[in-house]
Amino acid sequence: MTAQHLMLLAMVAPVLGALGVSLAQRSPNLRETLSFVAAGIALVCVLLLVPEVYAGGRPEIVLFEILPGVALAFRLEPLGMLFALVAAVLWPVSTLYSIGYMRGNDESHQTRFFACFALAIACTLGIAFSANLLTLFLFYEVLTLITYPLVTHHQDEEARKAGRVYLGFLLGSSLSLMLIAIIATWMMAGTVEFTPGGVLGADISNAAIGGLLALFIFGIGKAAVMPFHRWLPAAMVAPTPVSALLHAVAVVKAGVFSVVKVVIYIFGVERIAGLSSVDWLPFVTGFTIIAASVVALRSDNLKRRLAYSTISQLSYVVLAAALLTPLSIIGAALHIVSHAVGKITLFFAAGAIYTAAHKTKVSELDGIAKRMPWTMAAFTVGALSLIGIPPAAGFYSKWYIVLGAAEGGHWTALAVLGASTLLNAAYFLPIIYVAYFCAPADDGHGREHGEAPWPMVAAMVITATGVLALFFGMEFPLALARQLVSL
Amino acid sequence: MILDHLPALQVVVPLLAAPLIVLLRSGRLGWLIATAVSWTGLVVAVLLFLRVQDAGTISYAMGSWAPPWGIEYRVDALSSYVLVLVSLLAAVVLPYARLSIAAEVPSDRHYLLYAMFALCLCGLLGIAITGDAFNVFVFLEISSLSGYVLIALGRDRRALRSAFQYLIMGTIGATFYVIGVGLLYLMTGTLNLADMATRLGAVQEVRPVLAALAFITVGLSLKIALFPLHIWLPGAYAYAPSAVSAFMAGTVTKVSVYVLLRFMFGIFGVRLVLPGLPLLEILTLLSAVAMVVASLVALLERDLKRLLAYSSVAQIGYITLGLGLGNVDGLTASVVHLFNHGVTKTALFMLVGGIALRAGSCQLDALAGLARRMPVTCFGVVLAGLSLIGVPGTAGFITKWHLVLSALQAGQWWVVVVIATSSLLAAAYVWRFVEVAYLRIPTGPVAREEAPLSMLAPAWLLVAACIYFGLDTSFSLAGARDAAVMLLEGAR
Repeated sequence: MTAQHLMLLAMVAPVLGALGVSLAQRSPNLRETLSFVAAGIALVCVLLLVPEVYAGGRPEIVLFEILPGVALAFRLEPLGMLFALVAAVLWPVSTLYSIGYMRGNDESHQTRFFACFALAIACTLGIAFSANLLTLFLFYEVLTLITYPLVTHHQDEEARKAGRVYLGFLLGSSLSLMLIAIIATWMMAGTVEFTPGGVLGADISNAAIGGLLALFIFGIGKAAVMPFHRWLPAAMVAPTPVSALLHAVAVVKAGVFSVVKVVIYIFGVERIAGLSSVDWLPFVTGFTIIAASVVALRSDNLKRRLAYSTISQLSYVVLAAALLTPLSIIGAALHIVSHAVGKITLFFAAGAIYTAAHKTKVSELDGIAKRMPWTMAAFTVGALSLIGIPPAAGFYSKWYIVLGAAEGGHWTALAVLGASTLLNAAYFLPIIYVAYFCAPADDGHGREHGEAPWPMVAAMVITATGVLALFFGMEFPLALARQLVSL
Repeated sequence: MILDHLPALQVVVPLLAAPLIVLLRSGRLGWLIATAVSWTGLVVAVLLFLRVQDAGTISYAMGSWAPPWGIEYRVDALSSYVLVLVSLLAAVVLPYARLSIAAEVPSDRHYLLYAMFALCLCGLLGIAITGDAFNVFVFLEISSLSGYVLIALGRDRRALRSAFQYLIMGTIGATFYVIGVGLLYLMTGTLNLADMATRLGAVQEVRPVLAALAFITVGLSLKIALFPLHIWLPGAYAYAPSAVSAFMAGTVTKVSVYVLLRFMFGIFGVRLVLPGLPLLEILTLLSAVAMVVASLVALLERDLKRLLAYSSVAQIGYITLGLGLGNVDGLTASVVHLFNHGVTKTALFMLVGGIALRAGSCQLDALAGLARRMPVTCFGVVLAGLSLIGVPGTAGFITKWHLVLSALQAGQWWVVVVIATSSLLAAAYVWRFVEVAYLRIPTGPVAREEAPLSMLAPAWLLVAACIYFGLDTSFSLAGARDAAVMLLEGAR
């Protein structure tokens, strides 16, 4: 099988999986098996693609032209490879988790859930593989739409409202700003292909580049740069596996991935480095990092705290890309990976706590580590990674972002990173502290509970192990990320 | 041999079918004949389109009277494109019509309805194919008069009022048109459109030509339902029988846009003959207002058919906006949106016709939880709705891409903002249906009850077309671009 076949199969397998899931409605066990099979096939395909990209290959598929000169096309490059790896590796794990969660909470419409889940992964891989802005945009929009039934899963008033916010922000930003940015790129550059070094010619003015960058940054609403971040907390009404895989990994990472991809392959790092019209971006993202962290600090609802933490961490990636130094670009790519693994662990833990103890608030977690030792251990590992403490993966990516900021002499960015690390610690460490060292408060029911169902615990252990393993095995994603800046 | 007479066949077949249906006085036979005629028409239109692609413009002298004395049928890149659109929609709507009409119209009037349908089809095809200004008027009246009857056949009593309103407005429009043509005949001494275009350049006295332009533009704008001359449209589309709404929504206004394009670019040659006249600017402005205001009205409508009708007014704004921008990409957007919107809106009206049949109402309040009863229909509405919004991967996106590109090239940033706003408003009104159908608790029974297959299948064919023509644009876009280039060359 050639690399092209593998790429197609990786995208088609989830679609077929979704089809199979829909048909196997009556037999939940068969249905879940089909999810695993599809996830397994996609994972194997993506893993088999790695050596090719690692060796410098850029496999390409051109399907057909949508508009004259713009085809539906895929081309695999290191950044897309990393993103695809993240999605493909975490999908089976979160499927395992979802089974425990959905059954443990007696959720309705499980077939629709697993089908949409699989389709969302197909779209994510489509985004990761896309060879031009139009292809990326197509999958980006479909991803928004296909996750809508997941966000509104409970079909009540709250879900309806959240669904409006979700679509309003995501469709609103992309159908207006991002689309205009893409068409403006097409008009100015005559192409929307992702090209190493960027596509913007020397004749394009400083001001035009600044405007275009603003359209892209705010138009890609999935990156949740303030003020386009509100959809992410709204989406927390969804069942926790959705929050975990989609709103900590696939959807939001599709956003920052698109931003990094556009910066590298449309603008070109060297083309826009040092331009006066783009130096506002570190400040906007810096503000998002700090402001979102402050909101997280003040949120008592655990999932909401994690959501704002995600907003803040996403802006790390955008900030790193905006610093426009080779080291920071590497940091951006690595942070997509490390944050994904860390944050999914945290969401898994939050969902496990909800399933086993029906607790959603930080203030209710006193002493919970005694009852749920595995969950809290995983949570601790994830939190350490997000704060950036070794030996967790988050340390590495943060390290590169800091190096990049120092290399570029960007002292504001350094200050933001420092302050944010303290804030991260301030909103995560108290949770760990009360869980381990406070006596459990009597919740009035006197209800005893242990760990969540085993599939959830197993999934958490896997991702937490991944966080630690990535710290020691970082050379490998690093090697891919280095290809981005050809160091 | 017979291939040489394709242009005549395109019009004559439905024209003869109409009296035949009346003579047979049978609803069932009438439907059969009308369906056969529409399919024949589609074959003819496709053959004509292919011949034009191969060999360029076809000129056919009716009764062998050479133009400009006789009536010339002229099939070029633009008219063949419109012919394909009109005959395609007729060919898809008629199979759908049988059960839909049976449910909505008393059976003793069925044969009359199919006769009128054939006449309307004949008129619309005639407008698109003829190269004679007065002949356009004749066909315009044929399609309009039969259209009034078709709308009046709706079972709701308000259909009569709407038909009457449409009749008044439509007659004013047609009269204005014929006054304009009269003035042009006065100045050029010819009715042949191509001949008129060449002779108009030599005309010294500009004032009558200006008057003609004004009459023709306003008259056609009434027919197009360009904001603020659109008030006949919502009632007409909402209360006509479902199959009629579906057919008319996709064709009637589109064909009138076609005539406007012909006159503005083919005859008057906007930029050269009439410099300094802010015609395109006015058109752009009115279109922009239509796109925003009509979308807002759609957002507040409680009746699904009226919602779609107002959405049509807004979408017509997209078409005339491209015209107003006046560059290649703008005109391409206009022409391709004739097709894209024709397909999209017809699909939606067909699906809603199925909803009206099964749910007995099109009031949004009565459709809570409809997706459980009619999942296939509702999903079709969502997909076609996405095309209305202009989500990538749907036909509507292709239009929007070119419109935005055109506005950017013209440096008209405010137009870009209007386009973005309008598509967001479209998302909002489409999502009203989604929330009602999917996220509300059904009040009545929830047994699966889809529309009959003969209604669902044609509708879904067009839903599939909404997606297909968003991905493969080799027909829709290439044809539109050829037409746009041709129009602009004519204008030069």
